[in-house]
Amino acid sequence: MLDVKNIRKTFNPGTVNEKTALNGVSLTLGDGEFVTVIGGNGAGKSTLLNAVAGVWPVDSGSISIGGADVTKLPEHKRAKYIGRVFQDPMMGTAATMQIEENMALAARRGRARTLRPGITQDEREHYREMLKILDLGLEDRLTSKVGLLSGGQRQALTLLMAALRKPDLLLLDEHTAALDPKTAAKVLEATERIVQKDKLTTLMITHNMRDAIVHGNRLIMMYEGRIALDISGEDKKKLTVEDLLAKFGQATGSDEADDKLLLG
Amino acid sequence: MTDFLGALPGAVSQGLIWGIMAIGVYITYKILDVADLTVDGSFCTGGATFVMLFGAGVNIWLAMLAALAVGALTGLATGLLHTLCGIPAILAGILTQLGLWSVNLAIMGMKANMAINLQDKVNLEKLLVSSRFLQEVAKGNEPLWRHPILVVGLFTLAVIAVLYWFFGTELGASLRATGANPHMARAQGINTNVNKVIGLMLSNALVALSGALLSQYQSFSDASMGKGAIVIGLAAVIIGQVLFSKLFRNFALKLLAVSIGAVVYYIVIQAVLSFSEINTNYLKLISAAIVAVFLTVPYWRERYFSKPVQTAKKEGSAHA
Repeated sequence: MLDVKNIRKTFNPGTVNEKTALNGVSLTLGDGEFVTVIGGNGAGKSTLLNAVAGVWPVDSGSISIGGADVTKLPEHKRAKYIGRVFQDPMMGTAATMQIEENMALAARRGRARTLRPGITQDEREHYREMLKILDLGLEDRLTSKVGLLSGGQRQALTLLMAALRKPDLLLLDEHTAALDPKTAAKVLEATERIVQKDKLTTLMITHNMRDAIVHGNRLIMMYEGRIALDISGEDKKKLTVEDLLAKFGQATGSDEADDKLLLG
Repeated sequence: MTDFLGALPGAVSQGLIWGIMAIGVYITYKILDVADLTVDGSFCTGGATFVMLFGAGVNIWLAMLAALAVGALTGLATGLLHTLCGIPAILAGILTQLGLWSVNLAIMGMKANMAINLQDKVNLEKLLVSSRFLQEVAKGNEPLWRHPILVVGLFTLAVIAVLYWFFGTELGASLRATGANPHMARAQGINTNVNKVIGLMLSNALVALSGALLSQYQSFSDASMGKGAIVIGLAAVIIGQVLFSKLFRNFALKLLAVSIGAVVYYIVIQAVLSFSEINTNYLKLISAAIVAVFLTVPYWRERYFSKPVQTAKKEGSAHA
């Protein structure tokens, strides 16, 4: 479903702030694969997701989604294939617009915006049903402004919106990192439900090693702009945090994993 | 006092005309979250285009439509400077505004102002609004529906109706999303650059329409007629917001509040002129002061006079 070939990205080239964030990353995701991504700060996790989403062009390499080469497409055109949830709960929704208006915008992702009504009565009923999945009581607040919701509610809504029109690829960029532990657990639960329901191909970044092990059917660990570990199938099911740290040390010849990763 | 009351219908008429411009400013300033200074130039562009075409014998509705279209082009210029050339929106607007000064003079045949010949009674009869109708209606020489307040009021309602419809469409909603959260908009596949351009075109089309109405009303266009227009527009938006934000929640009513804001602004200006011996040269200073006051009020109210919010029981954990 996703095919990333040898992409590179250097920020601020030729300056003292030069930073090679992606150093030849290749990654292929099969249909319905749910991959969790871990790695320390600056390992290139978010950069990888942003490269796939098209926030900026990559320096070299290619990216294709569902067989279509999107390497040169701008962000808004790639949105046709991709559902996204950001780390910052404020980023994924329009605060001054109503819940139903936000959902109606998401329902038209990747389609031409015409002069037809922005939302119809049938849609409202549909959204009400969809919101029940979240179990947050939002189904009774369709016309509330999203700005009135809590961070967790906004994040859950963004998640629902990302999956409203089945995306070829779901990108979750540490979407629970800014939430308190209890809320984070609830949003993760909703994530699991939504991903399973439509068998969505998913890339989920997390700071939490346990979450990375529990969720998904494949785990990759990034280190200095590369993929250092790639574990799937039975190996992934048996994985423990200790295993992961040991494997990471072997793969990179570094023991800084302990501090950097466990802090997350 | 009689002085003031006598001038009131004129002040309200003018306020309503500028209100249409202010609704244009609302689209960029409030909906798109872009401060567009094209306005000071495009207002006159609309007026000049109308006066020249009308003077050449073009049908009045066509002349107004042309003013509207030319206004949209000025917005296109600013929009392309901003999105295609990457110039910050404020600077892009200033550049267009500056360039329009010459364009406006050129439209008027390199003259600083251009009059509609009202000696010719046929011309006067054709006009939709004119300050002359104020007295003529009062004297009974013209029917009531000719009154500028009524005519411009209808224009305002039509503009609000069209905008209410437009911002409820898929495209209109995507424009609102572009202003509210560009990250989210792009993630939902919305081309934020195209939308900004559309918004700027729509806004300046309305500004130019307002300019066309004003030059009809005063029967001439003038190269400096748009000077300070952006300030009047912001004043109207902010006065409307300060006075009606608690009352008007519906989008159409918010636009109406902008129009009323412009009327209030003109009544205040008229009051200042009527009740004091002030030199009219101080008008711009007074305008700036009025806007400054209305911008300060909400800020100070928030900062110094806000009552402590009762902390509701934390519902965060219950609702996740």
